[in-house]
Amino acid sequence: MNIIVCVKQVPGTNEVKINKETNTIIREGVEAIINPFDTYAIEEGLRLKDKFGGKVTVISMGIPSVAELLRETIALNVDDAVLLSDKAFAGADTLATSYALSMGIRKLGSFDLIICGKQASDGDTAQVGPSLAEKLGIPHTTYVRKIEEINNGYIRCQRMTEDGYEVVEMPLPALITVVKEINEPRLPSLKGMMRAKKAVIKVWTADDIGADKALCGLKGSPTQVVKTFVPVHDVHSEMIEGTAEEQAKKLADKLLSMQFMKCK
Amino acid sequence: MASIRIITEKCKGCRLCIGGCPFNAIKVEEKKAVILDNCTLCGACVSSCKFEAIDFQKDETVGQADIAAYKGVWVFGEQRNGTPANVVLELLGKGRELADQLQVPLSAVLMGENMESAAKTLISYGADCVYMVDHPSLKNFNDESYTDIFVQLIKKYKPEIVLMGATTYGRSLAPRVASRLNTGLTADCTELGIDPERKILLQTRPAFGGNLMATIICPNHRPQMATVRPKVMKAMEPDTSRTGEIIKPDVEIPQDVKIKVLDVVKTLCEAVNLTEADIIVSGGRGLGDPKNFALVEELARVLGGAVGASRATVDAGWIDYSHQVGQTGKTVGPKVYFACGISGAIQHLAGMSSSDIIIAINKNPDAPIFKVATFGIVGDVLEVLPALIKEFKSRLG
Repeated sequence: MNIIVCVKQVPGTNEVKINKETNTIIREGVEAIINPFDTYAIEEGLRLKDKFGGKVTVISMGIPSVAELLRETIALNVDDAVLLSDKAFAGADTLATSYALSMGIRKLGSFDLIICGKQASDGDTAQVGPSLAEKLGIPHTTYVRKIEEINNGYIRCQRMTEDGYEVVEMPLPALITVVKEINEPRLPSLKGMMRAKKAVIKVWTADDIGADKALCGLKGSPTQVVKTFVPVHDVHSEMIEGTAEEQAKKLADKLLSMQFMKCK
Repeated sequence: MASIRIITEKCKGCRLCIGGCPFNAIKVEEKKAVILDNCTLCGACVSSCKFEAIDFQKDETVGQADIAAYKGVWVFGEQRNGTPANVVLELLGKGRELADQLQVPLSAVLMGENMESAAKTLISYGADCVYMVDHPSLKNFNDESYTDIFVQLIKKYKPEIVLMGATTYGRSLAPRVASRLNTGLTADCTELGIDPERKILLQTRPAFGGNLMATIICPNHRPQMATVRPKVMKAMEPDTSRTGEIIKPDVEIPQDVKIKVLDVVKTLCEAVNLTEADIIVSGGRGLGDPKNFALVEELARVLGGAVGASRATVDAGWIDYSHQVGQTGKTVGPKVYFACGISGAIQHLAGMSSSDIIIAINKNPDAPIFKVATFGIVGDVLEVLPALIKEFKSRLG
């Protein structure tokens, strides 16, 4: 099987520090990690490779230093890693990101399955997976918690829903986005780490992948951020004292008086 | 949709395009290239042809001049077994405000089987018009056929705003539709408004786990699309005397749909699902033992709420992942959220801090959960929970 996994670099923490003068996010000094959801996508790709043979290629779009994060995936037994990096990609929204990824994936050649994490932990949009599938003209299923079977050019998987799951079948090539329930990611092996050291991470520009620059980055993004602000949580905390019974009674008084719950 | 064809007069049968196609979707027959069924319309072959014999039409984008042609606010009428999701009713409430401000109609798009009564419900909650596509093949949500029909409807009726719930289905359908139309989409909005001068949609959403809010616009593309979190907007009181039009649009029902939903399984045995619950009682490691989750479940049952859990308890195998609240689980916004023995890691707060009332019960008075709590109880959950169960049982009858 030829598997492609899309990954994104995200900040290691969601605690946002804002430069009060410029009102922009301070990114310096914040550790960069692979989006936690993408680690499940990588693991699932590797498990499929272990089972069916083939190749796992990781692809990302980002600043040049993301190449070092991709190197870490080689240590996990990923075969190849490609970074799309170009000034033309900067400021991309999910549509422009999907377009660039679709062009990079086309350059990689034929594939059977694309795996993405459910969403990225910084933007939380969950949009790039489905949007990318559309750009490639292939079917997709989101929130996959289990691959039941891959057989005869078809994939059958379980998609998590609000109150359970559904079993979805689609022909390959296809795209899935995965939730953390699907597996437990492995740790890098010593052999893998040696290989990762020597691995060459391909870096492709917009021209390399034949991307139309008008559809990339800020230019290719229909959405624009007009304002960012830090939400004000003016929580008036009230501590409830007393024995457990007293606390329970006081809390019930307060909640029932707020009419969130009605006495029968 | 994009289209492709070989201009046979120009094609020399040189086979260059075969190498240019990443999907093995071109063959040469009788010295002419032929596009096969597995073509994904990616357009990669166009530049490989030295004779300009491939006619490829890209997906169209809405030009500035066409923007004025787009009018009206739409809400996707997500339904299960014929019942609209609560978030749809909430979106109709917000959509009504937006439509009134813009002085345009509010419509709902309903796909499914036997949707007549659902359509009436949507009208009673504020829709002026319901576009109803009734077909047995649409009974269950299907990414492929729902996308196909939704795009047909948007192209035909040209709404300026399209809203969907940020549910499992909405978060899958919306990006697929937006990508096909090459328009903008903002995920998980918590606030929507209209810019009074430019008459465009202001979409505000949290990022970085709720630590930063961003207001986003989509000025030059139509429709302006957004998904909206459940429990954020307010539904109107239903009024069955409201009248509205039910339109059965002439659309092509997709045949040979590749994606097949083979089975729909309900695993949450509780009556309410987490994302739509008004009351959630969540348990954390402070419970000490998996069997103590029974206390959390009992309080939830007494209050008519749903059961949530911290990541630590799910990772430890105490309870199923479907109950997990937080960044790697579900985002919830109930009226009342009980955090029982949950310390309040930032990842957990990201999934529940928009709850109206937060009640924290924890032994450790310095636990971060108390910083977001409306009411804090410092104490042993194993003593406080039984007391709460007893108290609410006697007061709620």
